[in-house]
Amino acid sequence: MSAEPATVGVGSRPAPISSMLPLPYRVTDRTIETRDSVTLRLEPVDAPIAPFRPGQFTMLYRPGVGEVAISVSGDPSAEDGSLTQTIRDVGAVSRALHQAVPGDLIGVRGPYGVGWDLDTAVGRDVLIVAGGVGLAPLRPALLDALARRHLFGRLVLVAGARSPAEFLFRHHHDAWLTTVGLEAELTIDRPSPGWSGLVGFVTEPLARVALDPRQTTALLCGPEPMMRFAATVLLARGMQAHDIRVSLERNHKCGVGLCGHCQLGPLLICRDGPVVNYAEARPLLAVREL
Amino acid sequence: MTAAAELDRFAPLRRLTTAQRAAVADTARDVAYAQGATLIAEGREADGCWLITSGRVALTTEVPGRGEVVLQTLGAGDVLGWSWLVPPQLWHLTATAIEPVTAVACDTVALRALAERDPALGYRLALGFFELLLARLQSTRARLLDLYGSPRER
Repeated sequence: MSAEPATVGVGSRPAPISSMLPLPYRVTDRTIETRDSVTLRLEPVDAPIAPFRPGQFTMLYRPGVGEVAISVSGDPSAEDGSLTQTIRDVGAVSRALHQAVPGDLIGVRGPYGVGWDLDTAVGRDVLIVAGGVGLAPLRPALLDALARRHLFGRLVLVAGARSPAEFLFRHHHDAWLTTVGLEAELTIDRPSPGWSGLVGFVTEPLARVALDPRQTTALLCGPEPMMRFAATVLLARGMQAHDIRVSLERNHKCGVGLCGHCQLGPLLICRDGPVVNYAEARPLLAVREL
Repeated sequence: MTAAAELDRFAPLRRLTTAQRAAVADTARDVAYAQGATLIAEGREADGCWLITSGRVALTTEVPGRGEVVLQTLGAGDVLGWSWLVPPQLWHLTATAIEPVTAVACDTVALRALAERDPALGYRLALGFFELLLARLQSTRARLLDLYGSPRER
């Protein structure tokens, strides 16, 4: 028997089993995004976890409560070891994390999974489509593309929310809408007094936005039906399924492809996802309760 | 008159042949509206179709106690106005320019006459509008699903 530590595949980069150990981080900032979502800034108490790639997630541990998978929502170019993660209060663990305040300690392990892999979109147009809290995992991709803007063709953001008050990162919207080189379409589902932006589901801007289907890579994140509907519009506009990437969410437990809780057909979403090519994901998403 | 090639960017017209698109272009003219201008008034006779080339239009209806509620916004590449296709040819909503708007406006009386004279053109045009209608229906259905709501609300 080998004395070497066992490894398991995590995306394109093997992760050692020792990566199961949470590292302590301290909450240094808490921004209230919506009535049920906050963005936490976390700084390592000692050593940081490895740098993340846009689209990857970490397992966040609230001592005494439990652990949950959360996508990183911050700037991938940050070099100070800090992490920015946006958490929606949907269950016991996420509620405990949501309630964390500056000074609190949180355990972090990861990063895990396959990211958006923007490097393979160099030279192409990039279309980012987000729905609801799906904007959080896409924000690092947006920031990465903006930081390397000259490497890409058109950069288009289509983001939807239920209402203006439920849009994440509202304090960045004005900047996104006026950034040269970024075409941003922000739309809400429900009419709302005082909202001067778009009203309609994300599929509506997608149907009209100028698009070269052979030259575009689309990154989609949001509720699965929203991604299916959006992908249907993009396919109807001539895009190929392999040029569409979706971020999937399942019940992550180990994060490293050992426990099988996040299995989706032949995929372990923590290891083979969360970002999956739509050509591969499409048939799986059509199977009920898979 | 509008160049037929300009119409190609609008989905309902892509099914037409080049000659058919040229015939449609003969019924069209370029128009511009200032912010705040009303393009369509709810309940009035439906007598136009606009292919929006820039700016934004809000589709609204009056709701007592809530005022004029925006149901949907349209932008460049969208088609505004299809009630002229079917009886009773009355607008269902009000459309207002919320930004300066430029559009290609089709003469729908001429367009209907064209479709009557050339059923092949009429069929392709109707099919194109049907696709548009289906896309908007699907988007509306998606909004009805309230997909972004919290799991705690279910």
